[in-house]
Amino acid sequence: MNYIWGILILGGVLLAAIHGRMAACTQALVEAAKNSVELAIGLIGLMAFWLGLMRLAEGAGLVQLLSKLLRPILKPLFPDIPKDDPALGNIVANLTANTLGLGNSATALGLKAMAELQRLNPSKNVASNSMVTFLAMNDSCITLVPATVIAVRSSAGSANPTEIIGAVILATAIGLIVAVTAAKTLEKLPLFRLSQAAGAN
Amino acid sequence: MSEVLATALRRVSDWAIPIIAGAIVLTALIRRVKVYEVFVEGAKEGFNIGVRIIPYLVAILCAIAFFRASGAMDLLLGLLAPIARWVGMPIEALPMALVRPLSGSGALGIMSETIQTHGPDSFIGRVVSVMMGSTETTFYVLAVYFGSVGISKIRHAIWVGLIADVAGLLAAVWVCRWMFAN
Repeated sequence: MNYIWGILILGGVLLAAIHGRMAACTQALVEAAKNSVELAIGLIGLMAFWLGLMRLAEGAGLVQLLSKLLRPILKPLFPDIPKDDPALGNIVANLTANTLGLGNSATALGLKAMAELQRLNPSKNVASNSMVTFLAMNDSCITLVPATVIAVRSSAGSANPTEIIGAVILATAIGLIVAVTAAKTLEKLPLFRLSQAAGAN
Repeated sequence: MSEVLATALRRVSDWAIPIIAGAIVLTALIRRVKVYEVFVEGAKEGFNIGVRIIPYLVAILCAIAFFRASGAMDLLLGLLAPIARWVGMPIEALPMALVRPLSGSGALGIMSETIQTHGPDSFIGRVVSVMMGSTETTFYVLAVYFGSVGISKIRHAIWVGLIADVAGLLAAVWVCRWMFAN
């Protein structure tokens, strides 16, 4: 991540100088900084709502129930989550919200799941295997109704704006399989092994 | 047929949140949870998480905005064009493929523009539509999710994310070729 970030910035400076786009870059930077804060602040309300609701669901035993029900399927993917831990239930809640296309609500539930995984994480500043696997699934999660895409297509006068739904589901399923395989394979490589990352600075 | 299915699915999206919220509160009441107090207690964390992700978001979104404004995308487009041709991706869909992992709003803009130019029912129009649906704004997701728990050493996560994006984008092209071949 350090290299990628460095390349984005240094490459940007170099190319902006060559293309004579320094003014545009400065403008973009100022805009982006402002947008980042607005995005984060905009999440707070819905985040508070879902965190409150999930606390209720935990109190009522619903999250634990969800964990127990789906454990047989998810255990091979998240071997380091202990039995009956609410973390699994939170992961399922986020993936379900993603599938239903619930936007920021899905993000709020996802951050709740991350907090649960962080509770189980032995080294607090390094990503755990479960976190990366969870994000891989989150990143390529199937959306049953890609609402924005359908809206754009229909306003552009498509004869059948929804015809792409099947294709989206199929393409996402392929992406999901590749993503999870990549996560489980890469976590074993020496370069990414946990002890390596925890030791290095 | 697909229209009926889509309407039904959209109805599910509309109903999901109220139904889930209602079911959780009802179950909690039956189990004698002090619903109001417990809800507020949980909700308190919301503010902290929102504030905690700010530095991570600023870092990633500024770097991406800077990179895009510098004209780097044009350079990448030129470099990647032969590869796109080789995997059978229409060259007109390449800008979409490049921007999708970096910026959600940017990708939406490019998708709309491409659909306007080439028509929603053209092959290119369909490919960019499927690309939009089959991949995520990886960099944003990684920044927000890891930022919320204060993790900066993300190990293989960035590579997994990018592999997932490439797979999703290529799958979009190939699935479209297969499903909409005429």
